[in-house]
Amino acid sequence: MSDRIFGVVGLVLAFGYAWAALIIEESFLSDAVGPKAFPLIIAAVLALSSLAIIAKPDASPDWPSLGRFMEVAMAVLVMVLYAILLPELGFVFATALAATYLTWRLGSTPVSSVIAGSLTSVGIYVVFHLVLGLSLAKGPLGF
Amino acid sequence: METFASLADGFAIALTFENLLLAFLGCFLGTMMGALPGLGPSNGVAILIPLAFTLGLGATPSLILLTSVYYGAMYGGRISSILLNIPGDEPAMMTCLDGYPMAKNGRAGEALSLSGVASFVGAFLATWGLIFLAPQLVKIALLFGPAEYFALFTLAFATLGGVASTNQAKTAFAAALGIGLATIGVDTQTGVPRFTFGEVHLYDGIDFLVAIVGLFALSEVFLFLEHRHGKSDASAHKVSVGRMMPSLALLKYCTPTMLRTSFLGFIAGVLPGAGASLGSFISYTMEKKLVDKEGTFGTGDPRGVAAPEAGNNAAAGGALVPMLALGVPGSGTTAVLLAVLLALNITPGPLLFTQQPDVVWGLIAALFIANFMLLLMNIPMIGIFTRVLLIPPRILMPIVAMVSFVGIYGISGSSFDLLVMIGFGVMGWVLRKLDVPLVPIILGTLLGNSMENNLRRAITIDDGNWWTLIDSPLSIGLWSLAAIGFLLPIVFGKVLKSRMKRMSKGEEGSISD
Repeated sequence: MSDRIFGVVGLVLAFGYAWAALIIEESFLSDAVGPKAFPLIIAAVLALSSLAIIAKPDASPDWPSLGRFMEVAMAVLVMVLYAILLPELGFVFATALAATYLTWRLGSTPVSSVIAGSLTSVGIYVVFHLVLGLSLAKGPLGF
Repeated sequence: METFASLADGFAIALTFENLLLAFLGCFLGTMMGALPGLGPSNGVAILIPLAFTLGLGATPSLILLTSVYYGAMYGGRISSILLNIPGDEPAMMTCLDGYPMAKNGRAGEALSLSGVASFVGAFLATWGLIFLAPQLVKIALLFGPAEYFALFTLAFATLGGVASTNQAKTAFAAALGIGLATIGVDTQTGVPRFTFGEVHLYDGIDFLVAIVGLFALSEVFLFLEHRHGKSDASAHKVSVGRMMPSLALLKYCTPTMLRTSFLGFIAGVLPGAGASLGSFISYTMEKKLVDKEGTFGTGDPRGVAAPEAGNNAAAGGALVPMLALGVPGSGTTAVLLAVLLALNITPGPLLFTQQPDVVWGLIAALFIANFMLLLMNIPMIGIFTRVLLIPPRILMPIVAMVSFVGIYGISGSSFDLLVMIGFGVMGWVLRKLDVPLVPIILGTLLGNSMENNLRRAITIDDGNWWTLIDSPLSIGLWSLAAIGFLLPIVFGKVLKSRMKRMSKGEEGSISD
């Protein structure tokens, strides 16, 4: 069943892609092929392989339970927040928070995850910024 | 003799203090990443590319660092196979079969050092193979025009799923998805924006490094989060390592095996669609048929450890041949190495050998250096690497995630790229659950643009005549090979895969070599 849904999504994607290819505005200076032809070929391959997946689906994978699924969703949310807040908070704080969260959710106790998260953040800061000179996001405090 | 002169030049380039240090660092990190279950060579190289890039290393030093990681990871995969019966990466699957029984018999140290020597022999011979075969392939490649290149790219995609692929539709889907992603951005030939939906960040296209790190490294983190108390908590096992050095008699006993399987592995690596996993599989099964008279394979026969290790390391070297000579990688990890080259503005292919010989020979010299370093590192220092296995994933995985973010942020300094990377991470997780291979996606984003350019160039040269694509015997040959390579697994794939699975339990959704 999972594969059938996946195939339908793929088919929708293929049509969306083909439609987006058809509305590309061509410039007056174009080569013999133009910017549309290759994407249309690719859209056709996408559509055909989606049809094949619908026609001959594999057995469904073991999807995680709702709880585990939320786990992954929460991790994604934390990472998105991390990406957005990185320039505001600065590298060390943002990374410590994100690493603490991930360590905690992967099964450490709260106290040891705070320690591990902070160490991860400071460790990366020391190795990549202080030793290797990589520029990292600067927060209000300068690190 | 010209070859040896070039090789000497290569050594002159590679043997500087900085480069040796980078090679050492690369070998060390690579072995660690290979040893840790879940972080294979593709992941290892993927995480480190943005770093090498943002550190502002030159072309040759970056290549030295990353190929050392590549070779190191191929060496490291065996450590957890032998000690924990969990392959560190897919090519090391076959090493479990005799390596783990050997460890249970109290010969873990011997198994580790023997497999270290076997890895060295395989990789060393394969590097010589690379030196002699690649220039020959370059001569053929110089005959290629745009139409032949387009056919060659198609061949690469058609065979990428490998002979053991179970679902070619999914491979084709993944390839098309990757190529589709590559078409996002301003069209290089006419300058019109495509699929950007007015988003300025997308005008440059999607940076393939963002896609690679997201798909490989972040999806791994999500997989770990999903089954938190899963298979990875194997660190509780304690295996006594025992005697460290293999005796000379044992080495002599295994030498014919190592030589045969190195040759076989190298061929498997060069051929499209085979790769290191198949290389070690073929090596093991052939040796079993050939020398296993008493039925000791599978119960801790040293030859059963030497065979797959020599095979998969030789295949890793062999896979570099088409990547360097044609610019078309045949396996997942070489696809990632291609990303390295492209990120450094080096276009692999026949012209690389004539225009930038210093890069080619510097790289080859680096392979030799990495090889010797790995041999030295792997015999006396194996204890350090076995201790790495004790780092629990709950500490390790957040570090992997954070280092990925640092690398990508370092390239552009934009949050937008980080968000795109997270998107790729989620996509990678879903696709791995659905058993859709990720390597064709990566290869698609890497090669999509040059594939389209070659198509358009070929047709423009011939005034819009599409038949030009099958106009020469060479391109017809390539097209037929592509068709065979794509159709063959539909017939034989299931059989072969189930045989590989039966011999060793497979890993869920692993990235193929």
